[in-house]
Amino acid sequence: MMTTTRLNRAAVVEHPHSYRPRTVGGKGRISVRDMDIVFATTNGPHLAVEDASLEIQPGEFVSLLGPSGCGKSTLMNSVAGFVKPARGEVLLDGQAVAKPGPDRGMVFQQHSLFPWKTVKQNVAFGPLMAGVSSREADSVASTFLSLVGLSRYANAYPSTLSGGMQQRVGIARALANYPSVLLMDEPFGALDAQTRSMMQENLLEIWSEFKNTVLFVTHDIDEAVFLSDRIVVMSASPGRIIADIPVRLPRPRTQELLTTAAFMVVKRECLALIREQTLRAFEQQNQAS
Amino acid sequence: MSGPLESSERPSIEASPVTATPAGTQLGESRSYLPTNWDRYLVRIGALLVAALGWHLASTYGFDFFVRFENVPGPLIVGAEFLAQASSQEFYVHILHSMQRIAMAYGLAVVIGVVLGVMMGRSRFAEDVILPYIEILRPIPAVAWIPLAILMMPSEQSSIVFITFLGALFPIVINTVHGVDQTPKMLVRAARSLGASNAAILWHVVLPGALPSIVAGLAIGMGVAWFSLLAGEIISGQYGIGYFTWSAYTLVEYPKIIIGMLVIGGLGSLCTLLVRKACSPLLRWQTEGAKS
Repeated sequence: MMTTTRLNRAAVVEHPHSYRPRTVGGKGRISVRDMDIVFATTNGPHLAVEDASLEIQPGEFVSLLGPSGCGKSTLMNSVAGFVKPARGEVLLDGQAVAKPGPDRGMVFQQHSLFPWKTVKQNVAFGPLMAGVSSREADSVASTFLSLVGLSRYANAYPSTLSGGMQQRVGIARALANYPSVLLMDEPFGALDAQTRSMMQENLLEIWSEFKNTVLFVTHDIDEAVFLSDRIVVMSASPGRIIADIPVRLPRPRTQELLTTAAFMVVKRECLALIREQTLRAFEQQNQAS
Repeated sequence: MSGPLESSERPSIEASPVTATPAGTQLGESRSYLPTNWDRYLVRIGALLVAALGWHLASTYGFDFFVRFENVPGPLIVGAEFLAQASSQEFYVHILHSMQRIAMAYGLAVVIGVVLGVMMGRSRFAEDVILPYIEILRPIPAVAWIPLAILMMPSEQSSIVFITFLGALFPIVINTVHGVDQTPKMLVRAARSLGASNAAILWHVVLPGALPSIVAGLAIGMGVAWFSLLAGEIISGQYGIGYFTWSAYTLVEYPKIIIGMLVIGGLGSLCTLLVRKACSPLLRWQTEGAKS
């Protein structure tokens, strides 16, 4: 049932609706400048991200790769507007990010759909909050559900869907606001390997349709290389950006890419960096306990 | 903070890959509170019949060992008296009075309880202001309020309603606070990033999320409301099923005591059932989710 759901490319074109509040083209430039993020903990202040600077072009697909606990989600949350930097700034198209907003769609790892809303109501939520009529929001939701191949489940509750389907609803919900930036926090981390690789291909197809900026947090090297234009590697805590690796593999990409020599070259480069940082993170944890 | 922990605790949906059913084709739609399998239903009736039989025997033969049954009318006498009462108008006047008081007191308690609970759950300041009152007043049983209620309230009716209201209020407040406190942070974040205002988050995220807990509070509150109502009616008042029961005792009309008790039990359960039934459409997402 799941593997047959190819992307319905024509969906957006076939069901035109007037609601397109933000034009995605040319927007979605993210600038992170000299940023420190500090958390207050019971053991005093904890430096989560240190001196991070990052420039992401509109329409670029960038992965944040690093060992767990390195602060990559924190960095992304500062772009989302959930976390305020202690030093430095985050700009979106030249404007300082002060709070979360519908111009930055978020996809979480799991359990982020509203369980009391049906699949369609979940997707319609963003447009409704943008102030469009409920009929209009309903039609936008239908369009995006058909884009991710889940029209049949429009009236189902999220808990009756598999994890992969739930994530597709999450992606549809984030896109229904036509965000210029898509922020994805390990969105496929809780899925099994087969579902994950299918979701990766789906995501690339959707992205090729919308061409919005994507910031994708992951600790999976294959995933980062497969999806990204660029991989930003972060060090173990405190998170610093230690490498910025361009991925010049041709698009459109399919899973066959995973076994090519060109893929291996990039993967090897990431592996070496990640292994070093993971060992450091491991030692830190051993010392802490 | 509890994000990753929470996710590892919850059973993954991946364990059963394609369990999804398209909407509208859910089987077993009946969400009845009666058992769907009749054999269990029969067992329950049987269990009650056994008790009635024991009661009958104990009354007929004047069972007397620590507990005395000599003054307790048997089920047949009570049944006959019930039929007599059921055809008298006064009996229904008593029931009507009690129901009226419950409706007023409970309605007030639901509105005020949920509002206070949401305020306490959402605002630390509101919690610090309201919580001391709740903590001090909550353990005071309804009966202890009776003298003060009579002194303070303008009429007997209002003092009984006040006592009933207090009984229902606390479980509703406590459960609402509990439900609101447990709003998943992730969902609030998701709503915020979709452009929701604070008011929208309250309406679309906090309240629906708290609803299962609120409904539990409403059901408990209904039980306590009856409990408190009876206490009020026994001590003061001229009508009401509590008054009916107590005056039967003072007038040595023993079968009516038992009728009063059974009516109280029946109405209490019925009202609780009504509350649950009325709320169940709002919790459809839970029952449907649990089925797959």
